[in-house]
Amino acid sequence: MTENQERKLVIPGEVIISDDDKLPGDFTIKQGKDIIANRYGLVDTSSRVIKIIPVSGIFEARRGNTVIVRVSDINFSGWSMEIGGPYSAFLPLSECPRFINRNELAEFGNIGDVFSAKISNIKRDSVDLTLKFRGLGKLEGGRTIRINPHKVPRVIGKEGSMINLIKNSTQTEINVGQNGYVWIKGSEEGEKKAENAIKLVVQEAAFEGLTEKIEKFLGGKSKSVVKEDVE
Amino acid sequence: MPYTKRPDKRKMDELRPIKTEIGVVPNADGSALFAFGKTLAIAAVYGPKHLHPQHMQKPDRGLIRCNYNMLPFSVTERARPGPSRRSKEIGLITENALSGVVDLTRFPSSVIDVEILIIQANASTRCAGINAAAMALAHAGIVMKEMVSSVSIGKIDDKIVTDIIKEEEDWKEGEGATDIPFTMTSNSKDITHLQLDGNISTKRLKEAVEAAKKACEKILDYQTRALKGEKINEIN
Repeated sequence: MTENQERKLVIPGEVIISDDDKLPGDFTIKQGKDIIANRYGLVDTSSRVIKIIPVSGIFEARRGNTVIVRVSDINFSGWSMEIGGPYSAFLPLSECPRFINRNELAEFGNIGDVFSAKISNIKRDSVDLTLKFRGLGKLEGGRTIRINPHKVPRVIGKEGSMINLIKNSTQTEINVGQNGYVWIKGSEEGEKKAENAIKLVVQEAAFEGLTEKIEKFLGGKSKSVVKEDVE
Repeated sequence: MPYTKRPDKRKMDELRPIKTEIGVVPNADGSALFAFGKTLAIAAVYGPKHLHPQHMQKPDRGLIRCNYNMLPFSVTERARPGPSRRSKEIGLITENALSGVVDLTRFPSSVIDVEILIIQANASTRCAGINAAAMALAHAGIVMKEMVSSVSIGKIDDKIVTDIIKEEEDWKEGEGATDIPFTMTSNSKDITHLQLDGNISTKRLKEAVEAAKKACEKILDYQTRALKGEKINEIN
């Protein structure tokens, strides 16, 4: 991430730059010389291709995204999952890594159960999920919260620094899905504190000194943890 | 008494003090507040999300659904809550005013819900609603070609005035009052919505459209500044 470089916030219809040499990238169009923004977000002008990095909006699924999903329905061949956004997600029985009795799908995943899964395929308005990768599967217990999916990189931080800071100082397990669903498990107090810390990260994402603020929020003992991560 | 000066001492082409900001509804995907003086509207955008009932789904594009709602306490005499003929009509014209700039092809079979609440009303509520809705859509990360800005122009007696208030809307003397709500896009300067209530000659209407275009430019500036994080409050 190039945080030092100031990125301009643009609104739809705004002329970003008037330059024959530049090309329109994500969420921009070219009209004559002008490159015009088509979406609210930050401008990336680091290359010849001008693009917009969205700061708001719903989850936009890509193949390979790791997501947190919740079972919304069970049918004979798999589970329908709630993924956020206008998609319906489906986890077929064949994409589960272990043997599951066809007649007892609810034993593996009942309605309301939370899973960590990967997007294996995207169709027009539905996505297919898989559990056949390391670290995926059912998430037992804990709580699930929703955040803005575009703030997920901030919650994770540089090489996971932010999420590790929260995990270590609240003694919780945290799993952040790229769809903006966050699963937290630990002691009740730890979960609550982690949840509030994550919400604070999302709220303060655009401002400077984020790590210090979160450290302060989490209390003193996190200091040693941060140093390890930074160095 | 002829109409020579405005009841609130504004110039003929002057807007009321504006208050506007974004992010007023934390649970929405995008939201905005827009106020012309005592007319205050809040818009919240949810989606794109699944569209039900299924027969409304279009396989090639999404749908934008606007719900205009005047709160019971927004007017001097309590407005009956719930949908009415008027609110349905204004919801529809808002949809039409906005659908031209919103890219609905990205999420087929989905819907973008726009909820517009009028908290306080003193004429041109639909214009405040459209302004707030356009900002909320942008804030929600919806792909849009450009912004829209809306203003109401009036012909009160024989004067063309910008951003009319209730007192002017109810003007009875002379030629009476004509109310023209007007919406224009930010780049192509296309008119996406124009209504007319009253009498006006084609010549005067052209004058009114020119006045509206000028006012829309000013409003766009407020919308842009608010979307870039500024909290604007010129009221009181």
